[in-house]
Amino acid sequence: MLISNMEVVPGKRITQHLGMVQGSTVRAKHAGRDIMAGFKNIFGGELKGYTELLSESREEAIERLKQQAAALGANAVINVRFSTSSIAAGASEIFVYGTAVTVEDR
Amino acid sequence: MIELIVFLVLLALGYGFGRLSESRHYRSIFQREQALRSIAVVPIKIPPPEYLRHNSTLVSGSVVISVDYFKTVVASLRNIFGGRVGAYESLLDRARREAILRMQEEARELGAETIYNVKYETSRIGENAAKGLGSVEVLAYGTALIACPDSK
Repeated sequence: MLISNMEVVPGKRITQHLGMVQGSTVRAKHAGRDIMAGFKNIFGGELKGYTELLSESREEAIERLKQQAAALGANAVINVRFSTSSIAAGASEIFVYGTAVTVEDR
Repeated sequence: MIELIVFLVLLALGYGFGRLSESRHYRSIFQREQALRSIAVVPIKIPPPEYLRHNSTLVSGSVVISVDYFKTVVASLRNIFGGRVGAYESLLDRARREAILRMQEEARELGAETIYNVKYETSRIGENAAKGLGSVEVLAYGTALIACPDSK
């Protein structure tokens, strides 16, 4: 499955548009990480735990996007966009959407 | 009295460690930016025709970075007088550059030449989101163009 955030795919021709596909996941951090983050708010610096958590959730969201696209019979998802929102204390939603298409070699 | 001491200790800790981690981070950013200069990052939607034969794939880099206590205090003072909040400017600058660097590192592992259509996404993280800037997440993503071995 080809994932791209461009509207065209270099070297390939888009033969069919299959509509929008999306994937999302809501994740919360466990309390230990929140306490560590509280300390980090005093000292400053990168919150490695959160960085990992968010990239894991993003991978999962992309995985769901791929599943949806595969169910439609697509072999590529183009024009992919990410969006993040913090919906409640300590939980954030990762949302990814794009256009499912079929492409073939030019 | 005890509250004042705690406040001053936190302020001093924030100032000391915050400064240290910021200068260390900037040093590593400068170093890695030099090393990764060969992978061009371009926010243009459609690549020029010379990349027509390349493979493409999504790459992304993200970082969550936290303010220190000193910066929080300085910024809240700044809120009274208005004006540039330098403390937060450098924080966001570091986060953006770090995100781009991580994206470039991913692209290099894939053997990519350039990254097109780069987009940024910034969000606030954690329960401090209501109060003020606790920590920010910056995500950078784009499409890496990888030369096909058979195209030459």
